[in-house]
Amino acid sequence: MTVSLQWYIGLSVVLFGMGALGLLIRRNVLVMYMCIELMLNAANIAFVAFAEKLNDIGGQAAVFFVLVVAAAEVVVGLGIVVAIFRRRPDTTVDDLHMMKG
Amino acid sequence: MTGFLAIHASAMVATTLPDAIVFAVAALIILAGAVGVIVERNPVHSALGLVIALFGVALIFLLLKDDFLAAVQIIVYAGAIVVLFLFVIMFLGVDKREVIARESLRGQRPLALALVLLAAVGILLLGAGAHYALGASAATGTATNQPGGEVAALGRSIFTTYLLPFEATAALFIIAILGAVVLTKGRGTLSQERREDSPAGDEPDDVSMSDGPGSSEDLDVGAGEQVEGSGSAGEVASVSTSVVRVPGATSQEVEE
Amino acid sequence: MMAGTLLATLTIPHLDYTAVLPEIILVGGALFIMLVTSLSRKSMGTVSSMGWTVVAACVALGFSIYQWVGVTAHGGHSAYVAFGGSIAVDGFSSMVAVIVSSSVVVAALMEEGWLRRQGRVSPEMHMLTLVSAAGAMLMAAANDLIVVFLGLEIMSIGLYVLAAYDYRRKESGEAALKYLILGGFSSAIFLYGIALTYGATGTTNLAGIASYLSRNILLHDGLLLAGMALLLVGLCFKVAAAPFHLWAPDVYQGSPSPATGYMAAVAKIGGFAALLRIFVSALGSYRADWQPAIWVIAAVTLVVGAVMALVQTDVKRMLAYSSINHAGFILLGVAAASTAGVSASLYYLFVYSFMVMGSFAVVSVVGGSSDDAHSLASYRGLHRRSPWLAWTLTLMLIAQAGIPFTTGFMAKLEVLTASIGAHVTWLAVVAMVTAAVAAFFYLRVVLLMFSTAPASGGVAPMEAIPAVVGAMSSAGTFPGKASYEDGGPSEVGEYLRVADTPADYPVEGVAYDIGAGYRYDQRKGAEGEDGGDGGEELVLHGGEMDGDRDSGGEAIYIAPSVGVAMAICACFTVFFGIIPGPLTTMAHAATMLIR
Repeated sequence: MTVSLQWYIGLSVVLFGMGALGLLIRRNVLVMYMCIELMLNAANIAFVAFAEKLNDIGGQAAVFFVLVVAAAEVVVGLGIVVAIFRRRPDTTVDDLHMMKG
Repeated sequence: MTGFLAIHASAMVATTLPDAIVFAVAALIILAGAVGVIVERNPVHSALGLVIALFGVALIFLLLKDDFLAAVQIIVYAGAIVVLFLFVIMFLGVDKREVIARESLRGQRPLALALVLLAAVGILLLGAGAHYALGASAATGTATNQPGGEVAALGRSIFTTYLLPFEATAALFIIAILGAVVLTKGRGTLSQERREDSPAGDEPDDVSMSDGPGSSEDLDVGAGEQVEGSGSAGEVASVSTSVVRVPGATSQEVEE
Repeated sequence: MMAGTLLATLTIPHLDYTAVLPEIILVGGALFIMLVTSLSRKSMGTVSSMGWTVVAACVALGFSIYQWVGVTAHGGHSAYVAFGGSIAVDGFSSMVAVIVSSSVVVAALMEEGWLRRQGRVSPEMHMLTLVSAAGAMLMAAANDLIVVFLGLEIMSIGLYVLAAYDYRRKESGEAALKYLILGGFSSAIFLYGIALTYGATGTTNLAGIASYLSRNILLHDGLLLAGMALLLVGLCFKVAAAPFHLWAPDVYQGSPSPATGYMAAVAKIGGFAALLRIFVSALGSYRADWQPAIWVIAAVTLVVGAVMALVQTDVKRMLAYSSINHAGFILLGVAAASTAGVSASLYYLFVYSFMVMGSFAVVSVVGGSSDDAHSLASYRGLHRRSPWLAWTLTLMLIAQAGIPFTTGFMAKLEVLTASIGAHVTWLAVVAMVTAAVAAFFYLRVVLLMFSTAPASGGVAPMEAIPAVVGAMSSAGTFPGKASYEDGGPSEVGEYLRVADTPADYPVEGVAYDIGAGYRYDQRKGAEGEDGGDGGEELVLHGGEMDGDRDSGGEAIYIAPSVGVAMAICACFTVFFGIIPGPLTTMAHAATMLIR
């Protein structure tokens, strides 16, 4: 690894923060879900960078599992989104205001 | 962020130039894509931003000599997950732009920004002080010094150390399948089914909205089709810069 | 680590399937039901799918007890790790397996009653329950952060779908979406915490982390601290600890009632098991850093849960805030970070899961066929309509309040003792004050159920039109309520006008949305796609509504399965409330083995 680890972790933290920021400011459910994917990818960068530094394959294996989890989660998540919004065109959470208090 | 990078600029001394260039390019791609995801009003554009960011992550993996993970990253994320996103966007006929200017909770946005900045700077500062007291360099070894290279090492690791998680993914897929079945098969009722699942496009106000002047340029059907059809992430990245706009497309066209 | 990875040949670790047999049984049960459903022409009936679920859960329960006896037999020396160190079989994991599988039994019974009231044949609900329970067990048994993450995801994905189970009802869909987005967010935070911890310690194995931290003194431990903070935040989201609790009331209110009960029990069990396993056992040498954080979170959680529950008028929301309050109590045990604390937390989790599921069993029956009569007003005079329901709920609520001779008393006593033992007396005082506040709102519901006074306001004349009774009594009982919510008295008019359309039965506080829904239906009818059909269904629905909604003294039908579920919870609460010995002994034995 010739680029120092700090750079990778810095990039990863910035990406994680951007994902979290997007999740907090956007109201579109699909875009919010994409932001979660960004956060997972930030973790992936960190895993691989650490694994390279640690000379350990564990980080790569973790990325492998994260990919699996992300795929499964997206399937179910988008399934829920489709099931709910099939009747309603606008996928923003602002439309969801049945429950308050 | 730049402050952090400046602090560690000295760490760059050992960096060889080509790697530094690749890293800089990849970081730029990732950040550009991420910015695209969170600022684009049209979800299709956000999805394309996501593809760009994921492509950048794959570049980072390549830089770290994880060819296999880079390939998997592109195949699974760009090839499956983002296509799924685009499919859902098209299926729902999301042709209305989100009104970003409207804040649903007053003061939520600055608060979010402050919180995230605080957390990110906190992590960076904590991490910067650490000098990565990375201990316990595991005996498993890394990709390069093992017979068979990275793929073999990964496979070996998954079938030994991570055998249980690997098998647990089976349960994960079972539950994902079950969830998909539940959400799509309908209510499975014996009686009293309330049939109110008329598609979105049937609603009159919706139609008028998509015929209105504001929405004619929003629907990027062409872009979506190109993403689904394109094989490599490189093409995807180029597609996004020349988004094909289909004027006058309505939500009904997507529905049908 | 496995030496095999350095060799060219692959040496697969010894596969000790008995180590994960409870999980395998649960997943196997789900697969069996799936297989039968897909092979036979018609779907498996709710009773038989419930039966198989209960059988699978009982077998898992039996095996967990067997495992527990095995690993605790020789003073805890027979605990072991399996699958190359990624899973631990000790008293802790097998006791959590016992708790989870007994929750599945109760949940399966509740779900059967709900499915029947809904007129649905849907064995998938039971399958989802089984598999997500396996995820919670995996979280407790995990000895590797990756396994914890996978268990968390298996559990959460199942719960997302269960929350969405009634997705045609707006609230259910909304609950599922909120749960999904915030659950995904917390999973991502948790995962990032794993990544940072991995970077700081060089391994994701919990035993490896513990031994690394015990052998090394980190001069710069910032990375580990950041990782710990993110792990804590991620898990606090899952267990609904304040300030990460914001999803809980909406999700609890919107989800189908049995799913809510199951979610309240199993998500807390899994989340707290992971919290205990990661923080107390793996990061135990860093307790000086994480304990203060948990103290603050626990105090905020206790106060928020108790205070917010006071102002709720929806029973499910009230129970949601009360479960947040309970989470604060369990955090007390976690923060103590001692043997006594872990044992108290385990005991609390065990009895809490029965209390909360028993409460939601009653709530799901009172909620009626459309599962939406959850306002406090629907509980007025419940004693007259169904003494059994009223008494069961009373028992569950006084147990949650921590009245002596119920399990809740010992649970609260144990965590308080542990907290004082860890010299955090101020937190114990805060907890006791919130317990007193909580007792107030539990008793308020109890008094309401047993009140014989005729309901105030305009309820009496409305008895003739049962469909309107709910709306009127809620408007009448809480005069400030209607105007407090979305609009003024004009909205109440809207409310009532809408109320006689059976398409959407009015729940208080959603007058505006009901109006919108009404208009929507009207327009749909006008479009005339299947207007005739729609009309018929509406009438049919109205007829049904009359039967279920009649609060004028008619008895409420309790499905046998739900009755059994309530009986199990009630017997458990009373029996182990009077004789707490066996459970406390079990919890004490379980903590000696934590590694």
